[in-house]
Amino acid sequence: MTDIRSSAVTAAPPAAGGVPRRLPRRHPFRWLALAVILVLAAMFAHGLVTNPNLQWDVVRHYFTSADVLRGLRVTIELTAGTMIISIVLGTAVAALQMSGGPLLAGVAGVYVWVLRSVPLLVQLLFWFNISALYPRLSLGVPFGPEFVSGNVNAFMTPWVAALVGLGLEGSAFVAETVRAGIRSVEPGQTEAARALGLRGPAIFRWIVLPQAIPVIIPSLANILVITLKATALVSVISLSDLLYTVETIYGRTYQPIPLLLTATIWYLILTLLLTLLQRGLERRFGRSARRGAPAPLWRDALAGLGSGLARFVVPSNRRAAR
Amino acid sequence: MSEPMLVARDVSKSYGRQTVLSHFDLTVDEGEVVCLIGPSGSGKSTFLRCVNHLEPIDSGEVSVAGHLVGYRRTGARLRELSPREIAAQRSDIGMVFQGFNLFPHLRVLDNLTLAPRKVRGVDAATAETRARAALERVGLAGKAAAYPRRLSGGEQQRVGIARALMMEPRLMLFDEPTSALDPERVGEVLDVLRDLAAGGMTMLVVTHEMEFARAVSHRVAFLDGGSVVECGPPGQIFDSPAEERTRSFLRRLGH
Repeated sequence: MTDIRSSAVTAAPPAAGGVPRRLPRRHPFRWLALAVILVLAAMFAHGLVTNPNLQWDVVRHYFTSADVLRGLRVTIELTAGTMIISIVLGTAVAALQMSGGPLLAGVAGVYVWVLRSVPLLVQLLFWFNISALYPRLSLGVPFGPEFVSGNVNAFMTPWVAALVGLGLEGSAFVAETVRAGIRSVEPGQTEAARALGLRGPAIFRWIVLPQAIPVIIPSLANILVITLKATALVSVISLSDLLYTVETIYGRTYQPIPLLLTATIWYLILTLLLTLLQRGLERRFGRSARRGAPAPLWRDALAGLGSGLARFVVPSNRRAAR
Repeated sequence: MSEPMLVARDVSKSYGRQTVLSHFDLTVDEGEVVCLIGPSGSGKSTFLRCVNHLEPIDSGEVSVAGHLVGYRRTGARLRELSPREIAAQRSDIGMVFQGFNLFPHLRVLDNLTLAPRKVRGVDAATAETRARAALERVGLAGKAAAYPRRLSGGEQQRVGIARALMMEPRLMLFDEPTSALDPERVGEVLDVLRDLAAGGMTMLVVTHEMEFARAVSHRVAFLDGGSVVECGPPGQIFDSPAEERTRSFLRRLGH
């Protein structure tokens, strides 16, 4: 990235017999774009502040109310639980797909196909109503005696149905991400390790995984953000997450806009935190970690939010130096 | 003479319909340096990869130090060994790759110590001492803490050789060790190979460096069409080859 500020400096005539000064390219359109964006941003901000329908006082009242915070907690817990299930199951499925032999690889392939095909909304409703299909669940010898059995309807609470639906769906996407990460490691790496006398699990642990993680992390973080938003769907099975909570409140008070705004602000904050987490992980495990000093975390995060403005305002000499 | 270090008898291998090795025979004695030369597609690299069972063979036998590679003989049949047994066999056979295949996420020192520690259970301190000695041997004593990407091609390949030496192999396989290098870097790698040969290491080297083959090897094997066309002392192969295919190959190289 060039330093835009110096484009304002007029070129001095070359010193007699000397070397002409080198100037960076001018970027007039960046300044034009900045002006347009500033005007639009000012209009938007003006609207946010002055539009009475937004009812900021209502937002302020509910933003940290006990109900909303309880819903927020459900959303966070659901996201965390889903990610744990997704990562554990997804990694196992990816491992089967890559080295489980033809039969297990086929089974894993069907698993990914089915779970990626069925819409999440359908899955949530399906799992919530599974007791209509299998009223009783039992553990025992196939076609033989039962050891434990239970009523599915009592077991499949909205919370469990949400975890199962979100977790299974997430695991299919994580499986694909992990598989892509592992495939990105050159075959020569495994070959060299085998030639040294290392075996499957050790090769995976010490050679393949450390090189796959930098490829996996950005996509995994992306899945995490998608999962966070997908939890909002659980309102269809009456689980009191953030969205369902505000829906319940505005059903009572008829103030949908300020309450949806309340939820939106919380989602924005959570996504910002996840983005920071992602940048942190990328710095810790990422490829760039081995390429000299990385840029400061806050600017990485701003860039991660899609704000090219950050780089526009803060010209990066370090970036250019890389 | 004791028993040969490497015996390949009637080895054949094909990928689908394409035959890569066909009735391949070769014997390498202990302490001997044998160079494999021949046109691309003649099966040089494939044979090298069959010696440590990176590629399984379709028929024939490969033995290293008297042990059948990759299989156990049970009566008239050969049963493939378990991954653990094959890994143990491979750990005695060093291999150096054309593309180096260093582990980019590990420092040079860790590239060297990983296999001794994980395969042989050598403790960290001993492994490090031996790694520093191995790096000294290839002239890279100062590079232990560097990541492979910071090294030149020649340096990376010397690390690759040091990494293989860490397992104290009885046989070293070199798969075109200088083909990916800038011309001015070839010499430093060949010097290391020369030192190894002088030290009595048994070496099988796939190479296009004819000067090196002539100067260092005890025997040169010319391969074509997946089998050994002729094999003998370098003087004989380069100066008075018996086979027309050898003559035309060397002529094309400007010999």
